[in-house]
Amino acid sequence: MSDTPLSAPGAGIGRSGKVALALRGTARRAGPVLAVVVALIGLWYLACIPMNAQNSLLLAERAGETVTPATAAERRSMSGLALALASPGAAVEHAFAQDRPRLPSPHQVAVELWDSTVDKKITSKRSLVRHAGITLAPTLLGFVIGSLAGIALAVGIVHSRLMDLSVMPWAIASQTIPILAIAPMIIVVLNSVGIQGVLPKAIISAYLSFFPVTVGMVKGLRAPAPADLDLMRTWNASGLRTLVSLRLPSSLPYLFASLKIAVAAALVGAIVGEFPTGAVSGLGARLLAGSYYGQTIQIWSALFGAAIVAALLVAAIGLTERVTLKRMGLT
Amino acid sequence: MTTISAKSLDLTFQTGDGPVHALRDVSLDVAEGEFVSFIGPSGCGKTTFLRCVAALETPTGGTLTVNGMSPDDARKARAYGYVFQAAGLFPWRTIERNITLPLEIMGYSREERRARARQALELVELSGFAAKLPWQLSGGMQQRASIARALAFDAPILLMDEPFGALDEIVRDRLNAELLDLWKRTTKTMLFVTHSIPEAVYLSTKIVVMSPRPGRITDVIDSPLPKDRPLDIRDTPEFLEVAHRVREGLREGMADA
Repeated sequence: MSDTPLSAPGAGIGRSGKVALALRGTARRAGPVLAVVVALIGLWYLACIPMNAQNSLLLAERAGETVTPATAAERRSMSGLALALASPGAAVEHAFAQDRPRLPSPHQVAVELWDSTVDKKITSKRSLVRHAGITLAPTLLGFVIGSLAGIALAVGIVHSRLMDLSVMPWAIASQTIPILAIAPMIIVVLNSVGIQGVLPKAIISAYLSFFPVTVGMVKGLRAPAPADLDLMRTWNASGLRTLVSLRLPSSLPYLFASLKIAVAAALVGAIVGEFPTGAVSGLGARLLAGSYYGQTIQIWSALFGAAIVAALLVAAIGLTERVTLKRMGLT
Repeated sequence: MTTISAKSLDLTFQTGDGPVHALRDVSLDVAEGEFVSFIGPSGCGKTTFLRCVAALETPTGGTLTVNGMSPDDARKARAYGYVFQAAGLFPWRTIERNITLPLEIMGYSREERRARARQALELVELSGFAAKLPWQLSGGMQQRASIARALAFDAPILLMDEPFGALDEIVRDRLNAELLDLWKRTTKTMLFVTHSIPEAVYLSTKIVVMSPRPGRITDVIDSPLPKDRPLDIRDTPEFLEVAHRVREGLREGMADA
């Protein structure tokens, strides 16, 4: 529709030109995004054929079709791509609707996502909404702890030369340790002092989310113009005063940029934090349980569930950012 | 009474390219209630001198007293208001709250802050704009608001570093007339840095001509112009004579550099 010009006969009839223009604007922006999505889904379907070929041919054989090579033993040593090329008909026919595919097709994941969110009661053990909610609690708590810690560290770094020189290398080192390695230790150590439940996972989230906030806020707190800092000095303002009245407000654009990264990192932390706890519930648990039982569709839908939650969290911060910065005249 | 007294002031910055003599052997006395302009090309040390008075820089030699105190004590005693070239209003505060910020820092009560902000806004003719945000004001109005902010805590000295440098000629003329009027009403001691010869001659009771490398004073001119100065005084022979002497001073400074 976007290539129908407004000046074309009848183009503007039935709605105002403004709406049409807005729709066109949206279409223009959404167009490239949609094209990429369609291309990715296409690639995904294509990849299902060789990925699932081993099983597709087995299903075809059981259904009485003739496939080449004819026996499972012969096929075992062949690659998926070779099998798909040897029996393209069978490979395509059975690729997209298997119970336990190696790579589930997009619509299988979509159906599973729909079933486990909209169709399931939120109290059900199979409800992805319930699991997402369970993961969200430590994510948000860890995000708050991590952000506050990140801001506090940045304030220290900006105000103390000693901290400026000493903290950053440690902060960077902390992020080079694989979180998968350190998460079980945090859980075990905290458990041994009697701390269980949300807090240990929140601490893993905080561990991942403080870093971008520190980096962003160090830059943000140093953002005021030298003349503005001089101005505070001519009024003989204290360091605390300058922090509250000048440095913190000036740092907000940097803070919001960091918070978006931090909240996504916090979600990753919470998911990883669920792995060592026996994987009872939460998005991480769904991922782990799915991989124990070869439920690839469940894994993929949990992955997409996590991605959707992350997108919503980032969008929420983006919205807060726009409103706040506009009100503060910082845009 | 002498408000500011500098005796053979030196300031050398150590840079990667070797020392830079920002000020050398600068001696100057400013009496209470004077309007002193500093004029000279870039690098002549006029801004540096102002920053020394404000204790934003520390001289490496000589003595400098402000109100009989060291510059840093004068700063702590809030002896001066400083107006920078950029208005430097905080975008997240309304005009009124920008003006009350130094008052808040200095511990004035809420009522006192309100009253002083109102008074300062009246002085710069911005009374109706207290609730506006800085971006809603033109450049000239923003600069007036920043002057109001420097006036609000009633410091006896006003230091102005090219406050109108970024404004166009027409706005600048009007603000010059307003500033002169304000000075007459408040009898503050004014130190004013500028690039513009007419501005310096029009405003000042004393004009300090400076030249660069090293930054130094080449001439100090006591203006013979009367205190009441309509804008068209700039066409009188007296005015042109002073302007001529300033120009000569600037030329000489460039010649020996």
